[in-house]
Amino acid sequence: MSNEWPLWEVFIRGQHGLNHRHVGSLHAPDAELALRHARDVYTRRNEGVSIWVVPSAQITASAPSDKGPLFEPSNAKVYRHPTFYDIPDDVGHM
Amino acid sequence: MAPSLSDIMTPDAAALAKAAGGEGRAPLGATGAALDLFVGLTRLGDNTLILGHRVSEWCGHAPVLEEDIALANMALDLIGQTQLWLGLAAAVEGAGRDADALAFRRDVWDFRNLLLVERPNGDFGQTLMRQFLFDAWHQPMLAALEGSNDPRIAEIAAKAGKEVAYHVERSADLVIRLGDGTEESHRRMQAALNALWPYAGEMFLGDAVDARLAEAGVMPAPESLRAPWEATVSAVLAEATLQRPAGTFAHKGGKQGRHSEHLGHLLTQMQWLQRAYPDARW
Repeated sequence: MSNEWPLWEVFIRGQHGLNHRHVGSLHAPDAELALRHARDVYTRRNEGVSIWVVPSAQITASAPSDKGPLFEPSNAKVYRHPTFYDIPDDVGHM
Repeated sequence: MAPSLSDIMTPDAAALAKAAGGEGRAPLGATGAALDLFVGLTRLGDNTLILGHRVSEWCGHAPVLEEDIALANMALDLIGQTQLWLGLAAAVEGAGRDADALAFRRDVWDFRNLLLVERPNGDFGQTLMRQFLFDAWHQPMLAALEGSNDPRIAEIAAKAGKEVAYHVERSADLVIRLGDGTEESHRRMQAALNALWPYAGEMFLGDAVDARLAEAGVMPAPESLRAPWEATVSAVLAEATLQRPAGTFAHKGGKQGRHSEHLGHLLTQMQWLQRAYPDARW
């Protein structure tokens, strides 16, 4: 039964030079099969050149209820965005 | 007069069907070396077609979602290979048929797949064991075909070889895990091995067509694939703690169009739409 297998998070690098990106999760009895399942489930349309799998239980996540204290203080600190500089026209698009 | 049920498995069933207005046993356009090539290519394409269809029967029924998708991927790989092999077979035949016509408009006695691949799925263990026994043959077969002096064949084999390298890795790994798994999984894998073993030998039995194709450097002699197959199978069975059956008896005839009752049932499913609505397209 699938619910006896631990859950794994799957990260795929789309092409060389890009970061691995979280694409979803799956069940597998061990790391080797998790990798194989990830190949079968998440790279069917030529999505990747590299796969990472991580046991979901090993991920420490922030609590949704902490959203206020964690993230709202940065809302009001516009000076942290580099928008107060005059960019010379010669530089072009940044 | 249409052949009665009892005639279906008799050797002259094709002649009866022909007399009744069917195509019968009929590669229409090819003769000589081209006919040999047509037969050799349909053997390859029919193996991948029938096994691909069998594996696709698991779609939506596999024990877990991940295996379901893995099986569907493999079925699609095999059907994709079928399009190439039967497409080339149709071109070689030169009778105006295409891969679809060969897949959906031939009758059971014109199929040349191994009896192994038409075996019913059974339980998951039987499906996996059938796949492993086939993959362990398919891989060296494609490796040899990459060296074919017909560049069209070498090209298809090179493409298919990459897919099949993954198939054999997967099926060998699962045979080992389940063979050397729980008491129940071991029992099922051993039962599957015992049941399928008599169908493995046909992979290495050559006939006159095989001999001429091998002589011409187009396809390998079936006997030459036994050593690499044995090496893979022995190693995997040992690691899986499975007992290799002692028997050497081999069911044969699939390559010559003499099939078990299971293929006819499979074709009624697979060919139904094209039979009921000829030339229907998406």
